[in-house]
Amino acid sequence: MNSVIITIDGKKIKTTKGETLVDVANKNGIYIPTLCYMKDKPCLGTCRVCSVKVNDYLISSCTVPVADGMVVEVENDKEGADMRKALIELLFVEGNHNCPSCEKSGRCELQAVGYETNMMVSRFPYRFPVNERDYASDNIWLERDRCIFCQRCVEFIKDKETNQKIFSISNRGSKSRIEIDIDLADKMSLEQVAEAADMCPVGCIINKNQGFNKAIGKRKFEIETVRERALNTQKNSKTT
Amino acid sequence: MEKETDKNTFYSHDLPSTKMDTKVMAKRDEKIQVAMIGLCGCWGCTLSFLDIDERIIGLLEKVAITRSSLTDIKRIPKRCKIAFVEGGVANEENIETLEHFRENCDIMISVGACAVWGGVPAMRNDVSLKDCLTEAYVCNVGAVTGDKPVIPYHKDLPRITNKVYPCHEVVKMDYFIPGCPPDGDAIFKVLDDLANGREVNLPTSLTRYD
Repeated sequence: MNSVIITIDGKKIKTTKGETLVDVANKNGIYIPTLCYMKDKPCLGTCRVCSVKVNDYLISSCTVPVADGMVVEVENDKEGADMRKALIELLFVEGNHNCPSCEKSGRCELQAVGYETNMMVSRFPYRFPVNERDYASDNIWLERDRCIFCQRCVEFIKDKETNQKIFSISNRGSKSRIEIDIDLADKMSLEQVAEAADMCPVGCIINKNQGFNKAIGKRKFEIETVRERALNTQKNSKTT
Repeated sequence: MEKETDKNTFYSHDLPSTKMDTKVMAKRDEKIQVAMIGLCGCWGCTLSFLDIDERIIGLLEKVAITRSSLTDIKRIPKRCKIAFVEGGVANEENIETLEHFRENCDIMISVGACAVWGGVPAMRNDVSLKDCLTEAYVCNVGAVTGDKPVIPYHKDLPRITNKVYPCHEVVKMDYFIPGCPPDGDAIFKVLDDLANGREVNLPTSLTRYD
């Protein structure tokens, strides 16, 4: 009853009803780029980078539970692939993403997904917005130039005692700004700070005491690309 | 822009130079003409071009480098097929040069982060030009005590643009090689594809943004 058959890029796939589409695709060797999505965490659906065609409608695959007879197009749909690329390009012009000066380079998911979507340049005009940095907290440097508003830190990093949010987003639209509660941030353990810095898909939340702590060539996505990681992790979880 | 025409003004490319061997010149003329330029950048991409090492010998069978910092030819002598453009646009001279390249070259390649999106020089886009020049020349920590601070200004100095622009926001660019600088392998792949009449296919395994 729970077993369903869906079609991705013409390939029939047997899976379990209700599983997330992006996971099913990855498990079957079809890579869908993601930025805000984290496996085993509630879906955020903020970045839309994983948008694919489901029954002829473009929809973010991290928010779709699979259902019987679903027809999905990922790599076969060239227009959709170009749209995913355009979304990445938009993120690159919206902030100031200067990879040569960023310590997250090589372990940045935005950069890694840029490589996967074959982005060489953005088709949109570069905005060069002016953003204030926030370095008031003891252990966190908030580099607002690089925030892509994925809201991972907002939803998943909370004060251990009160469960209050530490990060939040103020204003709306092009005036949106990532904020940090300094008092709560200073109560964070070093492990939690490291978790937040690691969770940030870009170099916005930076651990003040770490800096450039991994040599070039030895960084996460230099050892294994984001595509390989997505496909391997999923494969491993299938076997276990 | 009006050019100075008084007899005291002359350009380096008008100076007398040793004529090259006619046979060598005739052979060069048959090849694919390439022009190179560094705008607002650090010439790192041109150095990276030299990282193609001995592959340059094979490449030079097919192409002839005309204007470039390597040949010391300062004007584009004739229509070129390929232009290798490094650096972004940060002053009036950059705009003029880039337009001159666009008029005289068929295929323009943006090489490196500065040409592609502005790169390190574009970090000044955060502040106003006034603040930028004040920081560089007036409030500079290296300023000599007691000296009157001067922001350089002269008719012979190109005026600086308010912001730094990627090349493709000034003229149409045809191909892009990101990287600061791009690897020699990436530069070679694009030049080799063009020199052999293949469609340019630069895989992301050869490129990077940093």
